[in-house]
Amino acid sequence: MTGQSLPLLATLGWRNLWRHPRRTLVILFAIVLGVWFMIFSAALMIGIVEQQLQDTIFNLTGHAQIHNPKFRDDPAIEHSMPAPNQALLEVLNSRDVVQWSARVRLPAVAMSVRESRGVMLVGIDPQRERGLSFIGEPVVEGRALESISDNGIIIGRRMAEKLETRIGQRIVIMSQDRDKEVADRGFRIVGLFQAELEATETAYVFAGLATTQKLLGMGSDISEISLVTNSREGLDPLVARLSNAAPELESMSWQELEPLVVTAMEFYEAFMVYWYLIIFAAMGIGLTNTMLMSVFERTREIGLFQALGMRPRFIVGQVLMETLILLVIGITIGNLAGWLTTDVLLASGIDLSAFAQGTEQFNMASTMYLTLRPNDLLQINALVIALGLLASLYPAVKAARYVPVEAITRT
Amino acid sequence: MGTVLRLAWRNLWRNRRRTWLTAGAIAFSTILLVGWVPIQFGAYDIMINATLRVFPGHAQVQRPGYQGKPKIRNAIDDAETLANSLRNGSKHFTGVAVRAQGFVLLSSGSRSYGAQIVGVEPEYEGDTSSIPGLIKEGRYLSSIDAQELVIGSALARNLKLKVGDEVTLLGGGKDGSVAAAILPVVGIFDSGSRELDRFFSEIPLHTFQDIFTMGDSAHTITIMGKSVEDQAQLLTALNDAIRDRGDVVVLGWEELVPGMKEAIQIDKVSGFIFLGILIAIVVFSILNTFLMSILERTREFGLMLALGSRPKRIAGLMMLESALLTLIGLSIGFIIGTALVYWAHVSGIQFPGAEDIMEQFNMPEMGRIYPQMKLFNFLLGPITIFVATNLAAWVPILRIRKLEPIEAMRTI
Repeated sequence: MTGQSLPLLATLGWRNLWRHPRRTLVILFAIVLGVWFMIFSAALMIGIVEQQLQDTIFNLTGHAQIHNPKFRDDPAIEHSMPAPNQALLEVLNSRDVVQWSARVRLPAVAMSVRESRGVMLVGIDPQRERGLSFIGEPVVEGRALESISDNGIIIGRRMAEKLETRIGQRIVIMSQDRDKEVADRGFRIVGLFQAELEATETAYVFAGLATTQKLLGMGSDISEISLVTNSREGLDPLVARLSNAAPELESMSWQELEPLVVTAMEFYEAFMVYWYLIIFAAMGIGLTNTMLMSVFERTREIGLFQALGMRPRFIVGQVLMETLILLVIGITIGNLAGWLTTDVLLASGIDLSAFAQGTEQFNMASTMYLTLRPNDLLQINALVIALGLLASLYPAVKAARYVPVEAITRT
Repeated sequence: MGTVLRLAWRNLWRNRRRTWLTAGAIAFSTILLVGWVPIQFGAYDIMINATLRVFPGHAQVQRPGYQGKPKIRNAIDDAETLANSLRNGSKHFTGVAVRAQGFVLLSSGSRSYGAQIVGVEPEYEGDTSSIPGLIKEGRYLSSIDAQELVIGSALARNLKLKVGDEVTLLGGGKDGSVAAAILPVVGIFDSGSRELDRFFSEIPLHTFQDIFTMGDSAHTITIMGKSVEDQAQLLTALNDAIRDRGDVVVLGWEELVPGMKEAIQIDKVSGFIFLGILIAIVVFSILNTFLMSILERTREFGLMLALGSRPKRIAGLMMLESALLTLIGLSIGFIIGTALVYWAHVSGIQFPGAEDIMEQFNMPEMGRIYPQMKLFNFLLGPITIFVATNLAAWVPILRIRKLEPIEAMRTI
């Protein structure tokens, strides 16, 4: 095909489409619906996964962590690490790190007058947790911790219910200290935090970093350093730099820390492609049928074209162009509809709080946010155009194979 | 009527290609829908059974208020006698087991962790819980008063305990006294549920009652029925059985694991919405061939009208044609779809990577899905398609009534 003939094919394709406006509108509607559905389900699926990722990162994980190499397998006090040295501090305070914080994180038992529970005692630096984890956010009741040597403790809202205690009362925290003796201490509850998942609210209690270190006789030792960075791509080099600065410690990105989240993301991405194919099959079969019909109807006309000297590949081109125009219109409207539903209509998320316990069962937050990624849009549109043209190849080739004389004489 | 049927049948095969195209489209979407619903429902079965089998059971008898606030003081008196009367009471109960539960600090030589401790009847616990069958090292508890303990695999690892090691437990007794004991670990279980493996330990019931000064009381009587579907009968039978005990209540699994029912509801609703949209796409896809098969034949209709056919009769013919066409597609799709589902029902469907994810959701067995073979599940999809395509056929059929024979015969 020469460059000149393209406009001609486009004109032919466009006019052919509107010979049967009703038929074109029906198949157009199927394409729009299909494209919209692909976009919507991608946004829903990716939204759920991204939110799980955000929650995981905000749930004391961060983008990367540094530990004693033995700590992750066996989170015990003897697997603590020293406070960061000069070399490590240099990397931590570099431009790539938005926020970092040192924590003590050890198993303990929390006892109120009536009940006792196993918890994770987390000693934090309140100022540094801001923007790093959920505990840096304001608490739902009472006050947040004010400094590393704050004497109060913050527990989960639902934890307070389980322990039958409330703000202002004391609970006893019991754990093992450096010499493997039982260390215990009473804390006054100064604030209650709230988390989306009940498991989070009952898993952690937060005290000042220095207070915790003193209670457990740890000196300046800590359990972990957690950090967030501002670029996803820069994470791996950053982790490598951390490893270089502290070779005796273990520096890991969230992908290594939470392999399940990564597995889930990969699973969903693979699943999405299958899902697209199913949706495409549903509309593709209609597309092939419609193009076939439109070619059958035009048998005589196509025969005439050929008799007048049009090459078979131009006939293929003509049908493909017709499909392309159809697909482009369908995709444009579909994308628009997809953007409208995800970014405008449902921009504030889908509220499932009526099913809060159910979403909890799935480890999901009760509000679902749709996430539209440019990459997914690109993938969907490319897939629909490629497969759509493929689906109309059969009718196109069919038309090109007509024998002119037979085709013209057919009624 | 016989003539119309023959006419309809022959009309279908006048344009074989179009018929096969349309029937193929219908067959394809039928396969999709026949496969979908049974898989969805099969997944719920597994989710419910897997979760309930591990520990909660189909129903429990408890003291009022225990479910919300499991306090050690809120115990059922003389629990074993009540359990024995239930065992003999109804054929609906396939498993009845008494449990007492508390929270302790477990300490090995160097480590201490908080854990849930459950006193169980070793003889009966296997009827209501899968934990006795999930012992990966050592053995399960031997008798109701043995001085021994089994423990979750992650908890054992954290405490650095092996089978044969001793563990100290420290907690509060029913009367408020300090409850303490040293017991040997005889078994380690691996349930696949993170929560149970990390926070759970079991000891014989009488040992529990001694340590925690419980006397003859316990906290729950767990009951298994024949299957989740018999839940209503199970609850009725259970309520009858405990009527003369005013101090206890019956809780079904919906109350024991409140999240699950909602989880299934969300999934069902979203599943049906997705299915509905997919059906809509399929219907619009098929609609064109349908429209064409009628619009194309304007000339023929004109001739029939001129020869004296009533519009009604032609419309009837068209209805019959579309019904036949749909049925051909449906049958093909149904046969292939059912065969696929049956194959999946026998061998199970394994999604790559799904097992890891389901374990995270506390449902390790969800990695493999066995579609539920039930008539309703199979027919739901095909019926929807049948109704939808035949409704779609009405659009062109209504036009026939407006046709003028002479004009219609002139169209090409």
